[in-house]
Amino acid sequence: MSDERILKFHILRYNPQVKGDVPTMKTYEVKEAPGMTIFIALNDIRENHDPSLQFDFICRAGICGSCAMIINGHPDLACRTLTSKFPDGEIKLLPLPGFELIGDLSVNTGKFMRAMSERVESWIHDTYADSVDLDRLEERMDPDIADQIYELERCVECGCCVSACATKRMRDGFLTAVGFMRLARYALDPRDKRSDEEFYEIVGDDEGVFGCMTLLGCQDYCPKDLPHQTQIAYLRRRMALVK
Amino acid sequence: MKVIYTDSLIIGGGLAGLRIAIAARQRGYDSIVLSLMPAKRSHSAAAQGGMQASLGASIKGEGDNEDVHFEDTVKGSDWGCDQDVARMFVNTAPKAIRQLCAWGVPWSRVRKGDREVVINGQKVTITEKDEAHGLITSRDFGGTKKWRTCFTSDGTGHTMLYAMDNKAIQLGIQVHERKEAIALIHEDGVCHGVIVRDLITGELIAYVAKATVIATGGYGRLYAVTTNAVISEGIGNAIALETGVAPLGNMEAVQFHPTAIVPVGILTTEGCRGDGGLLLDKDGYRFMPDYEPGKKELASRDVVSRRMTEHIRKGKGVPSRYGDHLWLDITLLGRAHIEKNLREVKEICEYFLGIDPVKDYIPVRPTQHYSMGGVRTKPTGESPTMKGLFSAGEAACWDMHGFNRLGGNSVAETVVAGMIVGEYVADYCAENPLKIDTKLIEKFMDREKEKISTLLSREKGESAFALKKDMQQIMMDKVGIFRNEADLSQAVEELKVLHQRSKNIALRHKIASSNPELVEAIRVPKMIRLAQCVAYGAMLRKESRGAHAREDYPERNDRDWLKRTLTFWKDENADLPEVQYEELDVMRMEMPPGSRGYGVDNTIHHPDTEKRVAQLEEVKKANPSADRFEMQRLLNPIEIPEKFRGKNERIGRGFK
Repeated sequence: MSDERILKFHILRYNPQVKGDVPTMKTYEVKEAPGMTIFIALNDIRENHDPSLQFDFICRAGICGSCAMIINGHPDLACRTLTSKFPDGEIKLLPLPGFELIGDLSVNTGKFMRAMSERVESWIHDTYADSVDLDRLEERMDPDIADQIYELERCVECGCCVSACATKRMRDGFLTAVGFMRLARYALDPRDKRSDEEFYEIVGDDEGVFGCMTLLGCQDYCPKDLPHQTQIAYLRRRMALVK
Repeated sequence: MKVIYTDSLIIGGGLAGLRIAIAARQRGYDSIVLSLMPAKRSHSAAAQGGMQASLGASIKGEGDNEDVHFEDTVKGSDWGCDQDVARMFVNTAPKAIRQLCAWGVPWSRVRKGDREVVINGQKVTITEKDEAHGLITSRDFGGTKKWRTCFTSDGTGHTMLYAMDNKAIQLGIQVHERKEAIALIHEDGVCHGVIVRDLITGELIAYVAKATVIATGGYGRLYAVTTNAVISEGIGNAIALETGVAPLGNMEAVQFHPTAIVPVGILTTEGCRGDGGLLLDKDGYRFMPDYEPGKKELASRDVVSRRMTEHIRKGKGVPSRYGDHLWLDITLLGRAHIEKNLREVKEICEYFLGIDPVKDYIPVRPTQHYSMGGVRTKPTGESPTMKGLFSAGEAACWDMHGFNRLGGNSVAETVVAGMIVGEYVADYCAENPLKIDTKLIEKFMDREKEKISTLLSREKGESAFALKKDMQQIMMDKVGIFRNEADLSQAVEELKVLHQRSKNIALRHKIASSNPELVEAIRVPKMIRLAQCVAYGAMLRKESRGAHAREDYPERNDRDWLKRTLTFWKDENADLPEVQYEELDVMRMEMPPGSRGYGVDNTIHHPDTEKRVAQLEEVKKANPSADRFEMQRLLNPIEIPEKFRGKNERIGRGFK
């Protein structure tokens, strides 16, 4: 095709593992191909221009949540971002803020998410969960409740909400939307026997749901369109009613 | 030298690996999971459509039980599977799903009353029973007699993996992230752990364990286009192969999924067709009923993929700049259904194709999807030739899939194998003290250090990226859906050359810490060896069975080929793997070889088949009062961990 564009990628380069390295922006030119995503373009850069370029992709289908980065100022999943979305062909990529930097565009979301899961105790709290008789019929659940839980469980821990959160920028220990969503998911689940008082212990303070300034970057940038606004409001109300 | 000790060491943080770690932990053993990435990002998360378990709660699953699931699985495998393992699997699957239910998976549930579904292109009303309301429901999938595939919308793998990882977190199981296992530590047929490279610091660490488990998933990335995640490169398989002691099983058994989108190869779930979606050609004509009047779009995956390829070869494909494809039409399912039960599919269509599947057809083509082959294991999950080395999930050839896996049986395998193998791993930890000479650890550590420093110091040589591309293209072009002697022998020769060249890889970016080029340089020679196992095994197997379809040998040949391929790489300087075969004993089969019911049955039968059929008849006649459980014990007595032996309850029939 004669109208193939040359895309310009401006990428933050910094490898904390290399002593003396300083963060710099570097520009790479890539010939655009039809249907090209940032996943394809970054691999092209790694294979043909600079094999040291670090980034994370796994499923490359928008399912696993590993490739979130700041794309022209907005957090999003790089794997499903088509380069055709950018009319001037200039694409600036930065690593997600709010996480430990591994190098270039790669950040340690795993460490953060594990800590979040431990903090909200992201599992079914039921003393009998491990003594369930597996031979017998499972416990019934209202089909609508099951669907609603799934709606809240679609989070892929990509970290976009964390990076888009102004409160988190000011208060490092802030739980952020990913944690609220996880908690809301368990609060909705009849299999989890925790009381509101117990949930309050986890999120009933400024580091939790009362610290949210309601700027709702989480709602704006969630790649899975999860209902952060509703859930934060709901949790806040529910927690305010505790004692 | 940094050494970390544990009881059970699990390589891979997907469903199978996590489930084994949980089993060992619950029995009181220390478990560490090694993962390239956070566990929740494992490829298990990408399983959309569902998990097979014969719960039979939905009206269209009525009458289902372990026996029906067993038959479907064995038929699906084209009689290539290990029937003892398939039995263990079907009997345990209902328990696995119920356990996951207790651990938090929000399985979609039966809703009592009428609902409209699409069956064979027609809208039909089915009525769910009142008493089934709120139990786990199921959908239709290919190659199954009943609607047996349980699901959570089309995010089944995601919800299973999240529940599993959350359970592991609850138990305090440590997942060591961004760690890559690059060599097994072993001596005299016993595995003692693994040498690991930290992907951030580049440090080499020895993990020493009583039991080591390979649960690293499949090897789809040997192919240029695959539905698999970019980390599904088979490195776990390769490090087992490189011991020279542990064999890989049936590496040539590679599944192609009928409906991946064109060109990028991202999967759209079998649930699309299970829920009523159709395959259409360039004229908008529904062609599958012409080829397979019985199961149509819902024939087994290998069959549908071949029929699609045949149809394209007849000039009926839709031309595109990326080659010909066909259409998947789910428009007839309606917006409400798609947005609720096929929403990942919808998102994928919107983002990657810019189309709305509620209104538009989806361009699809058969694409590499699943690796039936892997680390050969006994039914316990342990390698037959290396003590203390276990494997489970897609990485293993436990062998419940034989030469073709049924949709919905893979995530089911991960959790069921996780439960069963997990118990045997714990038993192994109980029976075997940790005994190792640190000299042995040093030997393996030094060898890996040496390899890496050679890579980093070589001035000029091959590019790992280029070698990988060449290998992937050879596999695409010559070891694909339809295979033949000429292509395969060429592939074998070309891969030999790549294997030689891969000994001379040089880096442009010569640093030992986090360095994607070094990661590639370590992996690519391993991947080429695996590709050689696949291509060579495929060349030698002169028959067609399941997903292995030879144009020059179109018949399934039980007489000569009812056996499992075992590949070893004993001599490091060899150019090819060594191949041996393991006979499948017809006289021990609960279900002797028969017809799968697709196309023309041109099977060359095994001389024992008739004998075994007659023998089974006699057993049945001699035990007229035996119920199905007693009969199964007579025909196929299996070993299964004590805690999973109970009968499974179903609505409307109790424990019968």
